Amino acid sequence: MSSRLSHGGRFTNPSKRLEFRFNGKRLQGVEGDTLASALLANGQMLVGRSFKYHRPRGIVASGPEEPNALVNLGAGARFEPNQRATTTELFDGLVARSQNHWPSLEFDVGVINARLSRFLPAGFYYKMFIHPRPLWKHLYEPFIRQSAGLGQAPKEPDADGYEHLYAHVDVLVVGGGIAGLQAALAAGRAGAEVLLIEQSPHWGGRAPVDGVMIDGEEAGDWVNDALQALGKMTNVTLRDRCMGAGIYDHGYVLCYERLTDHDPDAEGPRHRLWRVRTGRVVTATGAIERPLSFAGNDLPGVMLASAVRDYIVNYGVSPGDRTVLVTNNDDAYRTALAVHEAGLTVSGIVDARAAPEGPLVQAAQEAGIAIHAGRAVAKVKGMRRVTGVALSAQAGEGAVLAEIPCDVVAMSGGWSPVVHLWSHAGGKLIWDDASAAFRPDAARAPTGADGAGFVIASGCANGAFEASAVLADAFEAGARAAAEVGATGDPGKAATAEAPEEEPLQPVWMMPEGASAALRRKAWLDYQNDVKVSDVELAAREGFESVEHTKRYTTLGMATDQGKLSNINGLAVLSQALGEDIPNVGTTTFRPPYTPISMGAIGGEARGELFQPLRRTPIHGWHEAHGAHWEPVGHWRRPYCFPRDGESVADAVTREIRQTRDSLGLLDASTLGKILVQGPDAGRFLDMLYTNMMSSLKPGRCRYGLMCSENGFLIDDGVVARLSDDAFLCHTTTGGADRIHGHMEEWLQTEWWDWKVWTVNLTEQYAQIAVVGPNARKALEKLGGMDVSAEALSFMGWAEGELGGIPARVFRISFSGELSFEIAVPAGRGLEFWERLLEAGAEFGVMPYGTEALHVMRAEKGFIMIGDETDGTVIPQDLGLHWAISKKKDDFLGKRAQERSHMTDPARWRLVGLETVDGSVLPDGAYAVAEGLNATGQRNVQGRVTSTYYSPTLDRGIAMGLVLNGPDRIGEVIAFPTIGGAPVAARIVNPVFYDPDGEKQNV
Amino acid sequence: MLTLTCPYCGVAACETELAPGGEAHLERFGPGSSDADFEAYLFLRQNPHGVHIERWRHAMGCGKWFHAVRDTVTMEVFGTYPAQTYGPPEEIVAKVRERHPDWQVPEGGA
Repeated sequence: MSSRLSHGGRFTNPSKRLEFRFNGKRLQGVEGDTLASALLANGQMLVGRSFKYHRPRGIVASGPEEPNALVNLGAGARFEPNQRATTTELFDGLVARSQNHWPSLEFDVGVINARLSRFLPAGFYYKMFIHPRPLWKHLYEPFIRQSAGLGQAPKEPDADGYEHLYAHVDVLVVGGGIAGLQAALAAGRAGAEVLLIEQSPHWGGRAPVDGVMIDGEEAGDWVNDALQALGKMTNVTLRDRCMGAGIYDHGYVLCYERLTDHDPDAEGPRHRLWRVRTGRVVTATGAIERPLSFAGNDLPGVMLASAVRDYIVNYGVSPGDRTVLVTNNDDAYRTALAVHEAGLTVSGIVDARAAPEGPLVQAAQEAGIAIHAGRAVAKVKGMRRVTGVALSAQAGEGAVLAEIPCDVVAMSGGWSPVVHLWSHAGGKLIWDDASAAFRPDAARAPTGADGAGFVIASGCANGAFEASAVLADAFEAGARAAAEVGATGDPGKAATAEAPEEEPLQPVWMMPEGASAALRRKAWLDYQNDVKVSDVELAAREGFESVEHTKRYTTLGMATDQGKLSNINGLAVLSQALGEDIPNVGTTTFRPPYTPISMGAIGGEARGELFQPLRRTPIHGWHEAHGAHWEPVGHWRRPYCFPRDGESVADAVTREIRQTRDSLGLLDASTLGKILVQGPDAGRFLDMLYTNMMSSLKPGRCRYGLMCSENGFLIDDGVVARLSDDAFLCHTTTGGADRIHGHMEEWLQTEWWDWKVWTVNLTEQYAQIAVVGPNARKALEKLGGMDVSAEALSFMGWAEGELGGIPARVFRISFSGELSFEIAVPAGRGLEFWERLLEAGAEFGVMPYGTEALHVMRAEKGFIMIGDETDGTVIPQDLGLHWAISKKKDDFLGKRAQERSHMTDPARWRLVGLETVDGSVLPDGAYAVAEGLNATGQRNVQGRVTSTYYSPTLDRGIAMGLVLNGPDRIGEVIAFPTIGGAPVAARIVNPVFYDPDGEKQNV
Repeated sequence: MLTLTCPYCGVAACETELAPGGEAHLERFGPGSSDADFEAYLFLRQNPHGVHIERWRHAMGCGKWFHAVRDTVTMEVFGTYPAQTYGPPEEIVAKVRERHPDWQVPEGGA
């Protein structure tokens, strides 16, 4: 059993007790504990079940590399899955539950998968669930979804707040161990603006645990001195609980600060995402210890040697009374000594090396610890917890020579530099034979805008493991970074360290080196995703030679820990299976973030009402007060209709249409794009942008125009009014205003830059109201001030003046087929004008109408809508709009494209009206089927519905659609299959359903 | 996340304020052009593993289009210049050749 030691740890304060719950059990920890150390102190080594085989799993590590100890943390609106117990600081009242088991952690029926493990090899899901195809949807998929994922998804909206913060610095130092501190000291002394961040709440990294002496004092004291010195520098900022999550191009770095995770009741945001631009990054991210691959290395009680040392020294927690060390290097001897000094028993050191020697080995011998040189762990004994190890020779296939009873197996396969950040923005790695690890290749650093490397790796993260080398390397990195960003001060001197010399390690990728197949099936590489040595070997045998393919096939390194422990061991096993050198096999890609960051932090303040700014017309407030049923259109919100008490949305739309067609309706059309195009070349410019001729338009007149991309496809439409000889006002669709203004600017700035034209997007300068219906003119005449008679203002004309004392520009245009005036007034007077119109129209029963009535009325008239009848593949010719395409112009955007063979193919889908035989409303987007099957065995199609509505005017369903050779097939009946129902028969008709001669609008 | 300096307003703009516009200095082919020329103008792009001249708009800033000469591998930016021209300025070409002595300005229109 693991337990609390009588002496406190470096981080813990045993006098301050904290209460927490794990799986409903009430437990006690102390201030300074992590959830992991507190669980161990309570004898809780078993913390979860593995993903695939539901094997019992315990705490392995003491930091962010932990693969097993993932918990569901919190409850309700503060529930979060997959939180690492090793980086979760304990607080009073913490609630955690273990994951991936049923019904309980101790008795999990999913463990049956482990019995079946022989039948669940790598790629099992790919192989098993392909055939027969029909079983996928109803049998396989629900089953796989049920068993996918470790934690549960939160059910309530997140109760916490998050924020983004922007920072610009000269030098960002990532990692607050002695390397980071030394680098920050050098860069800070030289005068650079420095930000130093540390992911944990503790500065100093491993050096204080390892008993290193720096500049003649204990590492912990030197760390405090360094922090004090840095704190006095006004050009240095320090942040703990802040992780370097990712490095991106041109010195952009995301840092993830956890502000209140350790104190959930504190004020302020929970997480802060730092968006940093820096001249140079010094990565001082240290190294992660590698596990060893031996049978049973996943049993609870098998831990990293460094973690065993951390729990004893930092937290005052014993992982178990009797510890066996398994190692291929000297560093693990530090753990043996720490265990020994804590008064616990070291039951032996199993060293794969034939003849270990050196000061650390000697110290262990002097402490009376038995060293088994040239030996390996053949397998770990125990069911749900380590009870002992069986030893064999490291050479050979694992014949058992002896057994040692123990509670903890502390393993060390050497250390791998944390190269993640270096690699994020393209830094390359080289293989270091001495440490049997990949380390950054300084000659191939990630390069920035100036072409020079902008990331400098330092200390252990750079492959410099011995304390003095760490400090020298980090000093050099900090000084260089500062100099490269132009700091000219004196960086001072590097600190020097004293630490025992270490003998070289011996690379051990398999223990014992000739382990039998049975042993390899029990030797885990990736704990979280349950990938074993045998799985990687199987992948190699099946031809997955690329490391990227093997990763995906076996899921090695694809869990939430992203292979921090498994990566190098997996590569080594793969390279051995392929008979290649490790550097030739290479690594998989390291991708940000370094450890998972919260979705909340990524979103920052942008959620709820702040997610996206809402654009409001000057009349928005009135709509809101009058019960508008809203529809989002671009960033606007427009009234879909205005339901009255107890009225359904459909009934409201019908009422609004009838009122408008019979008498008078008002539409808030302020969202319509309004772009002023002015200058001596304005006409020439618009002739290029629109398919029809605009330069011939007379001042005082309006013309409907179509805009195409250079690809020939319709991108927008709208009415252009010529304001004067050199000025045009171009109306665009609501969603298209900014895009079309950008389109105009692109062509003006990049192609016709010598043309004398200005464009201005005036959309929000005007409120625009459509006054529509047979009584529209009478209502305007009541306001008075302008002659709006048919003689003075004919159809497709416009005039400027005053209506009821409000300056107005009146366009006689109609999108409904009725007598219609679209009136623009200054935005600031829009609401006043709207209310004046309601007053004047009262005797005609005036009603506002919404976008749905607008849509239905335009469809009744056969007018197209960009985005309904067009989808980026439709040319004006498809829509029967030949009349709006100039034949006189030599050139316009899209003209050449519309001459391409596919565009001029007579067999295109073209616009028609569709009337269901039974009067019903066709489903939107329905396809019309044709005879026969296509190459993939699907039914051939010959058209589709683009707009479909119930028409109150005609009291039947009407639709528009694109149908193969449609206009030539008027009268023909075609079938539209529906989902789960009988096909609907519809007759091809003329798309203009209402007032085809336009008599009503032209009065 | 690139930073490019807008040659109009002088702002060192983060990529979030910029909109990309693809390869620069394409020659426009309109009515009367051959199918091959028009296809190349519309669709065929350089996509080099190395030096690239590309269009950017300072969309969330001054709104101006400009060109950037950039190495797509090393992310080095050799310079930016206004869009109202048919090729990169000499000093930027010289800067590119310091790294890539044999580099030639690609011909417009692919």
